[in-house]
Amino acid sequence: MDIERRLAVLDLNARYAEAIDDGRLEEWPDFFTEDGRYRITTAENVEQGLPLSMVYATSRAMLRDRVKALREANIYEAQRYRHMLGPARIEFGADGTLHARTSFMVARIMHTGETALFATGSYRDRIAQDGEAARFAERTVILDSRQIDTLLAIPL
Amino acid sequence: MNIHERSWPTEGLTRIPYWIYSDRELYAEEQERIFRGDTWTFLCLEAELPRPNTFRTASLGDMPVVVTRDRDGAIHAFENRCAHRGSLLCLKERGEAREIVCVYHNWTYDLEGKLTGVAFRRGIGGKGGMPADARPDQHGPRRLRVEIFAGLVFGTMSERLAPVEQYLGPEVAPKVRRVMKAPAKLLGGYSQMLPGNWKLYMENVKDSYHASLLHMFFTTFRLNRLSQKGGLVISEGGDNHISYSMTADVAGKEYEQAGLRSAQAGYSLEAPELLKSIDEFGDGIGLQILSVFPGFVLQQIRNCLAVRRVVPHGLDRTELVWTCFGFVDDDAEMTELRMRQSNLIGPSGLISMEDGAATGFVQRGIRAAGDKESFVEMGGSGIASEESRVSEAAVRGFWKTYRRHMGM
Repeated sequence: MDIERRLAVLDLNARYAEAIDDGRLEEWPDFFTEDGRYRITTAENVEQGLPLSMVYATSRAMLRDRVKALREANIYEAQRYRHMLGPARIEFGADGTLHARTSFMVARIMHTGETALFATGSYRDRIAQDGEAARFAERTVILDSRQIDTLLAIPL
Repeated sequence: MNIHERSWPTEGLTRIPYWIYSDRELYAEEQERIFRGDTWTFLCLEAELPRPNTFRTASLGDMPVVVTRDRDGAIHAFENRCAHRGSLLCLKERGEAREIVCVYHNWTYDLEGKLTGVAFRRGIGGKGGMPADARPDQHGPRRLRVEIFAGLVFGTMSERLAPVEQYLGPEVAPKVRRVMKAPAKLLGGYSQMLPGNWKLYMENVKDSYHASLLHMFFTTFRLNRLSQKGGLVISEGGDNHISYSMTADVAGKEYEQAGLRSAQAGYSLEAPELLKSIDEFGDGIGLQILSVFPGFVLQQIRNCLAVRRVVPHGLDRTELVWTCFGFVDDDAEMTELRMRQSNLIGPSGLISMEDGAATGFVQRGIRAAGDKESFVEMGGSGIASEESRVSEAAVRGFWKTYRRHMGM
């Protein structure tokens, strides 16, 4: 049973990264529960106990709004990500939720061909069984660096 | 090319020569004449030095700076450079310290930046050490003149410069006070490395014309009203500016109405709570972007408040350091409101993400156009305040001030 649930987390991580790297942003909100939370912050803010995020969503609807904005409103040069994920460290919560921590490195590939290490950090996740699927009830992206090159459009 | 061989286009402020963003000698001269000259640079929020014996690093253009609050609560700033070999004194961004100790050879300083100790100054066992008449204190880090205005810490190398309030001017100073209405509470920060010259970012901030054209978020989601009133206020001489607009309906109905209209167009926010805001300043102004020459921005976008420091890192790299804040009497609900609205700003900001890239588009576009110039005639050729934000008057104001400092 535990093995299956662990595998479900690894599968969720892999599908999440693949959807973003393939540019299937419309699928991104579906990795979250309806009231799932997603935020991107920095290790510096976390260490200081400060609440600021670069991206802060408290529902799947807010994530859909961001995708819509990225598709229809925001202007940024064509680019792709490539996520490299570390092994997830998984803990079982008493209430049936899973907690996971996964390191990531993301390269950004610009349409010009320029490829650079764009972001490194850790995902801090709370994962819930949502019907048939495991989904993020909460995914906090903690960036190791406080500095972003140019802009952070596509979600991490 | 030597800048003295260059001349400004005869048309005046409506033309910006492109060599101004790519001349290496000019960059060095800007550091001297502007950043270390007769200008006030924003260093940090007073709230970033919360207790006696705390420090925070900042910069005056290229010059690394330490800002401290001493044991009596007074704030000081000095160059982050040891008198001895020039090493950085503070390696951390912030922290607590009763004295500053250089890691290289353990020379010590008080929190005013005065040298207080030289390790083994008299040698060991009568051997080694410094000559008795040596005066290491004469090589100490340069100390800045510091002033606190409305919770903002400013520093300058200039002795003769007018106080901050006068420097801001009678149009802008009250608008700083308007935002800094109570003691600030830090909410966090991050930085953004922009691929362009620092002046391109300052122009961008002062360019009220681009706002609804480059930043499509509000227009796409029909959140802008053409009837929104606002204006452009420029301080005398052009140094500082405010661009503001009224929130058409502070009760929040505008979004519902906007939602109805945009529903027809197919675009509306599914989660309009993103923009839920309250009129905390009581004047109906929903947006106020304020800039101070050379590199400070104070931002109020509804309840999302931030200071931005524009720090040049060479000719074509500029760091934009964002610090968001609320007020000490904010309750949890107010903080949550500010946090939701912070989706609008920063490198991922739904209405600000384009700015960083835009400076890069210009820097790349003008690579072979050093002898050409940009065309800045929106709103005519003047630098006066006006009601229309379809104007480049504040951009021209920036250049007027720039030329005055640079003697060009």
